[in-house]
Amino acid sequence: MHYLEAVYAVWLREITVFFREKERVISAIVTPLLWIFAFGGGLGASVELQGVNYQTFIFPGVVSMAVLFGSIFYGLYIIWDRKLDFLKLVLVAPIPRSAVFMGKMLGGMSDVLLQVVALMVIGIAFGMAGMDSLVLAVPAALLLSMCIVSLGLIMGASMSSPDGFNLVMSFVMWPMFLFSGALFPVENLPSYLGFIVAINPLTYGVDLIRFAFLGTTAFGPVLDVAVLLGISLAFIFIGTKSFERMQV
Amino acid sequence: MVPVSAISIKKLSKHFGKLRAVDGISLEVKEGEVFALLGPNGAGKTTTISMLCGLLRPTSGKASVAGYDAETEPLKVRKSIGVVFQQPSSDDLLSGRENLEMHALLYGMPGEGRKERIDSMLRLVGLTDRQKSRVKEYSGGMRKRLEIARGILHKPLILFLDEPTVGLDPQTRSHIWEYIRKMSQVEKTTIVFTTHYLEEAEKYADRVAIIDHGRMIALGKPSDLVRKLGGDIMLLKSKEPALIASELRKMPFARSVKIKEGIVSVTVPDSQKNLPKMLRLLDGVDSIEMHPATLNDVFIKYTGRAIREDSAEGSYWERIMNSKGDR
Ligand SMILES: Nc1ncnc2c1ncn2[C@@H]1O[C@H](COP(=O)(O)OP(=O)(O)O)[C@@H](O)[C@H]1O
Ligand SMILES: [Mg+2]
Repeated sequence: MHYLEAVYAVWLREITVFFREKERVISAIVTPLLWIFAFGGGLGASVELQGVNYQTFIFPGVVSMAVLFGSIFYGLYIIWDRKLDFLKLVLVAPIPRSAVFMGKMLGGMSDVLLQVVALMVIGIAFGMAGMDSLVLAVPAALLLSMCIVSLGLIMGASMSSPDGFNLVMSFVMWPMFLFSGALFPVENLPSYLGFIVAINPLTYGVDLIRFAFLGTTAFGPVLDVAVLLGISLAFIFIGTKSFERMQV
Repeated sequence: MVPVSAISIKKLSKHFGKLRAVDGISLEVKEGEVFALLGPNGAGKTTTISMLCGLLRPTSGKASVAGYDAETEPLKVRKSIGVVFQQPSSDDLLSGRENLEMHALLYGMPGEGRKERIDSMLRLVGLTDRQKSRVKEYSGGMRKRLEIARGILHKPLILFLDEPTVGLDPQTRSHIWEYIRKMSQVEKTTIVFTTHYLEEAEKYADRVAIIDHGRMIALGKPSDLVRKLGGDIMLLKSKEPALIASELRKMPFARSVKIKEGIVSVTVPDSQKNLPKMLRLLDGVDSIEMHPATLNDVFIKYTGRAIREDSAEGSYWERIMNSKGDR
């Protein structure tokens, strides 16, 4: 069985293409930087949260945002991919669909990781975190991206045309970002908001990444990791099934 | 065990909502055959191929490919086939060679001999010199050649080619066919191709299925299908067309004798044998123009219209894909 070789082939293609698409890499890093410096810098001049200035407070949130946006876009990209190029070829190859899913997922995680590490290094250079926080922050970002890339792939596999793209942005991506504690602490929210925050997987990613950078946490890193792992496994299972059902 | 039929399709249908894209097609493709699915755009050719490759689930009916059920044993089917899609599907950010290497990995080709096989396929399609260039920089014809090389890299038993020459200029088209023929001879691959170019089906296919609106309207050797029409059409010029016409009507083999604008037309079956006979019996013919019947005449006979070769591609996606520039 050449299962691993097939996963490797799909992953290798993703990562090669990623490095050759300079525009994608650049925009993926510039957008979060804009958030940090425009939003964080602007508000940060007057606001302080949890004992640190606002810019430092939202840095982990913005890193999480980069993971979220990168992962969702990567997942949805297969709507085009399966009509236009590579995916069709992969789907007629004699490999199980789960191998295609795993290769795609690992490819997406790698893409996102590279973007996020670049972002973290820039943040560290501007004094928003210490170098040693990378030890925890990188695996945390990787875990979060496994969860969200899988979600993106599930949505991409289930949509037959790009028409639903905007709906995903309005009903999934932005709500996930805004109700995740990326921009404000989640401890003292009104209860109806608290519920949305609590069922949002990104909340636990933000909390874990914030713990890595600032040492503060709302739920504790163990719970964060457990929740993210559990949701990831569920998404991977569903994703594999949706790849098996997928037609071109 | 080697299956006798490379492909066997029974009452295969695919409906998209109310549209019957493929409507109860049954046919067999023999091993080693070059088989054409001929039909105008939107006839259901691509949909049929997609079902045979396991990319689309049939609404009803059965298809077996290389002896395996396309729906229940997709992995075994995919191991036995190569597919060249209608739309260029190689990765344009990768080089030609990288595309083939990727393909080798996906098909689990043994590492040993992989490089040599890639080299020889590149040579077969004449891309050795450009193997390191990104596919983005390839012309349409080069891309197609690369895809053909990829389609047969893993030595499939059956190769599907969906419109292998659509959108290419006539010279490139005949080049592509040279490669496909060379390959069918060298590799002994069963080839199923779709086309809406009549002369390609006529020239290159052992057998052809003519499809229109999802239904198969004719099946057989191109020469048989044409012969069944009843012969070639002759146009005779003469100073006395009425006399010629009445002479012709006496000949047992002459069919549908007509006079139009002073020119006599007659359908002559088995013209190689009957034409000399006919000329011996006729006096006063100034000139004769032979108009051999083609598959187009077959298509017209069954549908009442001609296949238009210049019509725009059918679906929304096809139009988008055709307008797709660089990424
Ligand atoms: N995914 C799809 N959804 C809806 N209609 C489709 C789809 N794919 C093809 N069709 C329609 O089915 C018909 C047959 O299409 P197709 O098989 O691509 O034709 P051909 O390849 O012979 O040009 C066309 O009318 C086309 O618009
Ligand atoms: Mg087609």
